[in-house]
Amino acid sequence: MTAVERTDIAVVGSGFGGAIPAYHLGAGGAKVVVLERGPWLNSDEFEHDYRLGSSFTRVFDFVVGDGMSVLSGNCVGGGSVVYFAAMPRAPGFIFERRGSIGRRMWPSAITRDRLDPWYDRVAEALPVTPQQWDQVSYAGGLWAAACRHSGRTANPVPVAVDADKCTMCNWMIAGCRFDAKRSLLLNYLPAAIVHGVHIRPLHEVQRISRRPDGSYRLHYNLIDGEDYRLTTGSGTIDAQVVVLAAGAGATPVILQRSEAALGPMPRAVGRYFSGNGERLNTAVMNEDAVRDVLGLCRDNGVAYEAYEIGKGPCVACWDRVDGSLPEYSRYSLEQLYFPLGLGTILAQVPDTSGPTWFGVEKKEMLASFRSWLTIFQMIEDDNEGVFGQPPQAGNADRLSQQMLGVGSLRYEPSATTLRAWAAADADVRSILERDGLAKVAPWTSDLIGAYTVHPLASCRIGDDPRTSALDDRHELRGHPGIFVTDGSAVPCALTVNPAMTIAALAERAVPGIMAAARQRGVVVEYGAPAPDGSTSGRRGTAAQAAELARE
Amino acid sequence: MTLEAFADTILPGQKRVADDVAIAGVAAGPGAVAAGALELLGWPATGITGLLPDLVKALNSHAASYAATRELALDPRLPAFPALAFEHRTALVLILTATGHQEKAMWVLLALFSYMAFDAAAHLHTASAVTGGHPGLATLGLTQPDDDGLWRFPRNSYGRSLADPHPDTTPTGSPA
Repeated sequence: MTAVERTDIAVVGSGFGGAIPAYHLGAGGAKVVVLERGPWLNSDEFEHDYRLGSSFTRVFDFVVGDGMSVLSGNCVGGGSVVYFAAMPRAPGFIFERRGSIGRRMWPSAITRDRLDPWYDRVAEALPVTPQQWDQVSYAGGLWAAACRHSGRTANPVPVAVDADKCTMCNWMIAGCRFDAKRSLLLNYLPAAIVHGVHIRPLHEVQRISRRPDGSYRLHYNLIDGEDYRLTTGSGTIDAQVVVLAAGAGATPVILQRSEAALGPMPRAVGRYFSGNGERLNTAVMNEDAVRDVLGLCRDNGVAYEAYEIGKGPCVACWDRVDGSLPEYSRYSLEQLYFPLGLGTILAQVPDTSGPTWFGVEKKEMLASFRSWLTIFQMIEDDNEGVFGQPPQAGNADRLSQQMLGVGSLRYEPSATTLRAWAAADADVRSILERDGLAKVAPWTSDLIGAYTVHPLASCRIGDDPRTSALDDRHELRGHPGIFVTDGSAVPCALTVNPAMTIAALAERAVPGIMAAARQRGVVVEYGAPAPDGSTSGRRGTAAQAAELARE
Repeated sequence: MTLEAFADTILPGQKRVADDVAIAGVAAGPGAVAAGALELLGWPATGITGLLPDLVKALNSHAASYAATRELALDPRLPAFPALAFEHRTALVLILTATGHQEKAMWVLLALFSYMAFDAAAHLHTASAVTGGHPGLATLGLTQPDDDGLWRFPRNSYGRSLADPHPDTTPTGSPA
């Protein structure tokens, strides 16, 4: 007979939503096991390599759905390992959004002011810092100059990047070889391990069932380390409390698959998915105009030709991040580097009567790659995504040995979403085609529909049981002791990169998780400092933490 | 030959020999075929390798129907897709990848791997592909890596303020 493994807290996923609670719960004295479906790589294993089987395809997932493809992390550290570390806070008006449900989407307990102390904790822990102009890549500087030329403002975005270590290699998606990007592998996760937290890579949780004593049993598959299509075994682990943080593309799928054993799920599980309103435009810059109109020149005498140099997004235009504007008309426009190999096919040739995404002219466009500039739109979408029947295992039927799979998400953009994208497209064009600076076109949505690197809201917090799966403490309605703390808990598109908000909400969820654990007999005490021992963030959240710990 | 003709329709290149059929020769310089599209498609790690015989059959069947509908004469010695002129190969790819086509996902996937051979050399180690002059990566103009196969760009910024920040920016650098 196989002994059943037991722990106090089982955490599913090791990105922001998993690593942050795991650290605090472990530091507070609980026995914590983290189950991560992806592999565990360290910095010396992060490669500058697009070859299938390199760290790029091992740690990164691309799940194609019907109308929406989701790009996400798949490794210990989750999204933090593959993200581009842009960490702005969500603007205040976002927390008042009503979407199309006729009421405020966020819980009344959360406003920007109320979330700021939790943002501060994350900023202290990673850390996150404002970016200086001499840390901004050529591409970011070019976008800033183009915005200024059009009478716009532009901001260097706050980042979780150690500028002294950053080589501007633009290989962030494959994991940072230089420990410049402040992923969770450098803070929360090592601190959690010090406190006895066990992290189990290549453990993909499939479903949850309830034990007669009210505890939960997690059923997982062991995933082959090279070919993720293969399983090498399976197992179970029992826990008093479950923290689900498998990502907005996977958490609802686990809950859907658990419904037979756990009983009915809240209606909002697997609904209201948001792609954070994301869409890309690629411009081909006119190097002469960059020099003559914007007055830019690199020290080698070239005006730009620097698309491949940088660290993802550096500069954003926030002129439309404006709470005085109506909902669905607000967005940010952020310069971005999109790595090769996945999205290049979607970039369209501007102003052509021929095929836009392939053919002779597209190849000519590729020859101008060094003069590309990609602009990332984050509009307010309408939470249109709905998950269909779960696949047999995981959150996708895997096609390739790594990275590429087909999932069950359906997304049909509403008229408001389409209008917002069209307005943002026009805005990008008005900035970049002014005075012949560039030719620009949005990426095609004809091939795979929309796409997002920031999946959100598929199991969201809120006050309304009909339109939110979680209460304001992230506990799954009707299933006490199950908490969701990843991007799926964020109620809506944010008009900015969401990692900072996901992390702040995960910090905020910890006191409530601990209260539930104590009710279930777990001895655990809240109050750990930041992973490096800093304490100013803890002071700022003390009052709210006490409120959230109500039992 | 059929898969080469498809890859060449996606990212065209110059003919390898004067009587090259698969490569239509409508663009100067190397295209997806020279970049290694067939090598990538033939690697089981992609997940598409086992499907290729059926895709070839289906593509030629679609090409034959396309030609018949338009009363195009095809060279009977050739598979139907490579027998099409480039403009018709292009038109057929547009049909197969259009919204609503039942097999769209498979043709998009075939196009995606044709791209990945060219713009990422996903069948090769990137550093050695760049130093070895891989035709796709050379077309993009990727910079040569350092001796250890990693990229570093010590010169990376214009180094000066190039725009005014939004007036509502908070001290943390975020929007208010």
